[in-house]
Amino acid sequence: MAERQYDWAAIAKNPKFVELHHKKQAFLFGWWIFSSVYYFLLPIGAAYAPGLFKIKMIGVINFGYVFALSQFFVSWALALYYAHVANKDFDRLTRELIDELHL
Amino acid sequence: MTYKNIIIAACLALTVAAAAFAEEPKNAPAAPGSAPAASAPATPGTPAIAAPGAATTAPAAAPAPVEKKKVTLKANKAITLSMFAIIIGITLAVVVWAAKQTKTAADFYAAGGGITGTQNGWAIAGDYMSAASFLGISGLISLYGYDGFMYSVGWLVAYITVLLIVAEPCRNAGKYTLGDILSFRTNPKPVRAFAAISTVAVSTFYLTAQMVGAGKLMALLVGVPYKTAIVGVGILMVGYVVFGGMTATTWVQIIKAGLLMSGAFLLSFLVLLKCNFNIFAFFESIVNSPDIQDHVSKLVLKDGVILNGVDAGQRFLEPGLFMKSPLDQISLGMALVLGTAGMPHILMRFFTVPTAQAARKSVIIAMFIIGGFYVLTTLLGFGAAVNITPQGIITVDPGGNMATLILAQTLGAEIAPVLGDIFLAFLCSVAFATILAVVSGLVLAASAAIAHDIYVNVIKDGHADQHEQVMAARITSLVVGAVGIMIGLMAEKANVAHLVALAFAVASSGNLPVVVLSLFWRKFNTAGVISGLTVGTIASIGLVMVSPNMTYPKLVAKGAEKVIVAMEKKQAALPPGTALNEKDTKALAKAKVEVLGMDGKSIMGLSEPILKLKNPGIISIPLGFIASILGCLMFPNKRSEEMFDEVYVRQNTGLGMAKAIDH
Repeated sequence: MAERQYDWAAIAKNPKFVELHHKKQAFLFGWWIFSSVYYFLLPIGAAYAPGLFKIKMIGVINFGYVFALSQFFVSWALALYYAHVANKDFDRLTRELIDELHL
Repeated sequence: MTYKNIIIAACLALTVAAAAFAEEPKNAPAAPGSAPAASAPATPGTPAIAAPGAATTAPAAAPAPVEKKKVTLKANKAITLSMFAIIIGITLAVVVWAAKQTKTAADFYAAGGGITGTQNGWAIAGDYMSAASFLGISGLISLYGYDGFMYSVGWLVAYITVLLIVAEPCRNAGKYTLGDILSFRTNPKPVRAFAAISTVAVSTFYLTAQMVGAGKLMALLVGVPYKTAIVGVGILMVGYVVFGGMTATTWVQIIKAGLLMSGAFLLSFLVLLKCNFNIFAFFESIVNSPDIQDHVSKLVLKDGVILNGVDAGQRFLEPGLFMKSPLDQISLGMALVLGTAGMPHILMRFFTVPTAQAARKSVIIAMFIIGGFYVLTTLLGFGAAVNITPQGIITVDPGGNMATLILAQTLGAEIAPVLGDIFLAFLCSVAFATILAVVSGLVLAASAAIAHDIYVNVIKDGHADQHEQVMAARITSLVVGAVGIMIGLMAEKANVAHLVALAFAVASSGNLPVVVLSLFWRKFNTAGVISGLTVGTIASIGLVMVSPNMTYPKLVAKGAEKVIVAMEKKQAALPPGTALNEKDTKALAKAKVEVLGMDGKSIMGLSEPILKLKNPGIISIPLGFIASILGCLMFPNKRSEEMFDEVYVRQNTGLGMAKAIDH
């Protein structure tokens, strides 16, 4: 039960934490909005731009198919990119912050 | 003191209400061939198959071509049941092992936080992909081409929300349940109570759909009677959860995900083998298949379009054969993208890993498994369309749910007849494992909400020792499981297709707004949680009740009239003295019964749906957010605002989290 007490308000004002918070928020919400917009282009496009979806790209494979398939690769790429940024930046900032607090 | 009783009563009422929701259709549109609606209950898009108009006009519009291939599906009972026995044996061994390790509440609910990121990733995939994604989506692709593929996309993209917004903060801020996350800087008792009610509601809706689907699937696949299948699946599910808690549930999910992926890879390999691994030749064969061309030209004929030959084949790769309402599709997309992150059984998985980094890793692994599976599903669906033909698939199941299984049997048998049986039996057991994994996760989430939030924290004020907590969790799981079995038994003939749409609607409109706001908005407080959960949940349920998901006898009767007219025409065209064939006679008899429902009303007393959308998300999600925000602004709370720093620092850094694991 001997839990360490933290001064949460002070940590929240720590410049390292503020930096972490800003970086994270911009990244997370920015990319979340990007991914949502990219996803909703699929049903919207299929419904309102069928002509575009019909255009054949490779043999009989059309734009619609390539676009739907791209959703998978875009999601995976975003996930890997996030992992990269989080491991490199966010985790490092968090570690530095925690080190600073314990010192 | 008084509201404790009210809460318990409300939880019980909701659980039972789910059975009532699973409305008994007196004139079920798809009564005899009810397989399409029923065996794919976990496919929010498929309700369209069960839509009154579609289901009743389909037989009339398809004046069975004589050249139709004879396709049958009969699993070899001995091989299939022995594979089931192997799966049951392995999972029970896991349970025995897990039971020895389950001593504390943390062990029971969160596997002691000792699951690794990779294991959790597989478990998330196993928890998430239901039999409907496995069988339903490939079936949709085999019958409607592109639309089925497009439908699968949202199920993966949903994980971006989970990854970026909820996974890591929840790991850092929570303990076992949704209530833990929400009650941090609010008045814990009412918030936990409301969170528990919403968790139980979502889990029960989803569980009912899964149970009924499981019963129908087992009945169709191996000829086990519906009731026996429900009781069997139910007992296993209760056994896993009660004795093995989260550890056993996790491993059942991991095993299932492994089996599912092996099955998908193996079958995709066989499909690609048929076209010498030339993917372009594969697509050419779709477009050039005379059966697909014929199928598509009949589909578009309903919309008054005439297409023939290669044009019709090409149309199979273009959108719009299945999903006719863009708004409904966008609404479904919203419910998926936001609802997955609000599903209690998915949120719960993040408490099983030790750190936020592991939570992150687990979502990314899950995304590759789930996405990979859906990409392979395209091959299976199109492969079934090419090799089995849509006409053949429809003869086995009008909803196409059996496409993958027929494909497995056919492609296996082409190598050696016995291989077809073995392969089919293997895929049946994958479906079986799939059902077990999903229902166990749901039972665990619902019982955690009742035992941990309501019993331990509301009734006992958090004063319960480990032994008592684990006992409470076990007893609750037993009760929840028993109720699940009862609902499954009662809902055999029920229209359950809307229950999955409902679960996602409640999760996206009730749970998600309050989770996101409590993690990211300083002003968020008790009033916001309660108003958000209440409005989001009630709006979702209310909108689904007046949506086309329900059965409208009058619309069914109208469809039936058309069938009667068509059948009479057909009868008139036959040479005098000959009767209609057996199938048509059945259809005619069914239509004659349905016509009698002309004056009937839906269970809401409506003759036709008020809302045209099957998925209410586009209306209910904004309502949930607005209600949460308004609630907070109307009843501001200084303490909640002051505590935001703590929540925010905790969820970003993981400081103070050790507490959550130790106890």
